[in-house]
Amino acid sequence: MRVSIDAELCQGHGRCFSLAPSIFGFDDLGSGVVRGDGTLSDDDLELARLAQANCPEHAIFIEEES
Amino acid sequence: MSDKTPVRDFATDWDHTDPRWVNDPYPIWEELRERCPVAHTDRYGGGWFPATHAGVSQVAKDTEHFTSRTVVIGNGRPMEDAPPAPIGVAPPITSDPPFHQIARRLILPAFAPGPVNAMEPAIRALCVKLLDRMAGQEIVNGGSQYAQFIPPAVISRMLGFPDADEDLFREFVHIVLEGIDHPIEQRIEEFAPVDEYFQAQMEDHRLHPRDDLTSYLLNVEVGGQKLAPEHVSGTMVLILVAGIDTTWSAIGASLWHLASHREDLDRLVNEPELMPIAIEEFLRFYAPVTMARLVKEDMEYLGCPMKQDEWILLGFPAANRDPAAFEDADTFIIDRLENRHIAFGLGIHRCAGSNLARLEMRVAIEEFIKRYPRFELADPAEVTWAPGQVRGPRNLPIRILN
Repeated sequence: MRVSIDAELCQGHGRCFSLAPSIFGFDDLGSGVVRGDGTLSDDDLELARLAQANCPEHAIFIEEES
Repeated sequence: MSDKTPVRDFATDWDHTDPRWVNDPYPIWEELRERCPVAHTDRYGGGWFPATHAGVSQVAKDTEHFTSRTVVIGNGRPMEDAPPAPIGVAPPITSDPPFHQIARRLILPAFAPGPVNAMEPAIRALCVKLLDRMAGQEIVNGGSQYAQFIPPAVISRMLGFPDADEDLFREFVHIVLEGIDHPIEQRIEEFAPVDEYFQAQMEDHRLHPRDDLTSYLLNVEVGGQKLAPEHVSGTMVLILVAGIDTTWSAIGASLWHLASHREDLDRLVNEPELMPIAIEEFLRFYAPVTMARLVKEDMEYLGCPMKQDEWILLGFPAANRDPAAFEDADTFIIDRLENRHIAFGLGIHRCAGSNLARLEMRVAIEEFIKRYPRFELADPAEVTWAPGQVRGPRNLPIRILN
């Protein structure tokens, strides 16, 4: 499972790195960035989904493989 | 405002300064969503108001059909070649692509989480000082004694203005905010002392550069060139206009809610870890800011015949109450976990100061309820709400309970 942020859509609302600081950070402009390569553990998935559900720009994507 | 005709039907004649809209806009918007989701008015030279989340979102992200040349509704329209600072241009909020991105990227680093979070101790000390000043009063004013002081002090410090100018700066804030819809000629006249002060501060910062936003704006280069002085002062005006009554409205509305909803106050006092989530619900439920755009050309849009230079008012607070976008949209849920609110707008003009606004709200509310864990509205009928595009309680008498 991987999470990513579409940098074109992200406008820096900051909801992801506030709700899930273990998964998301921010750059110098305050845009959200994924920490590491975005691989999610099972425990992280719920938190990543919460961030996704709070992103006003719908900029967070989660790939779930079977 | 008092000489205006009262609105009879908000679907065909809306006015965001009508007393009914100012005092309680939510039932109006609810009715519009059901009956006429994009309302029209002939006032202000013509304008539209989408009341749904979908409509607001679509327009906010559409810089092709709408311009941000001006974002505050008035009777006039700025020309294409509107005069630069002091008033005509406040980049980047009044900028369209492609210039917008250049102007925005210049200021974003100052409002990114790192520099903003570093301001927390100073903001906390300020709130404590304000609370100390009110000590011993049975009734305190959450607006004029508390919320209204916090953002001006923060913004003045960011710009690097002397602490001794605090009262002067608050006077400027008053001039800028109260006169926001005055005719342009009157506005230029009113604005002269503010511009003079900004020019003097810029000069002082040129001679004595320091670590603040004014020095940064004076020295930053785009394509090897420093910014034009009008750009620097225009951005200072923007920060002053956008960073002050917005945040004090949000702080005031949050205190108003807590003063009138004991169960939410008790929860926040007893579960301080809820604060970040509660802040988002305060923002959703009482979003203070609506922003305007102008229609670029005649067109059919959202099913409406929009004419060039008509206004379109982006009701972020209305979008935040749309049941199509939020479960129990009209219920304040202090621990609402999924909250995709758009209090700070959407798209390229997302409020650049949102990290700072959230920090000020959190610290202001934390310190207030720490000092006063029980309080209530002294007299709900005495509370007044600011009219126009930034809505929040101005007079907010609060009775402190033991």
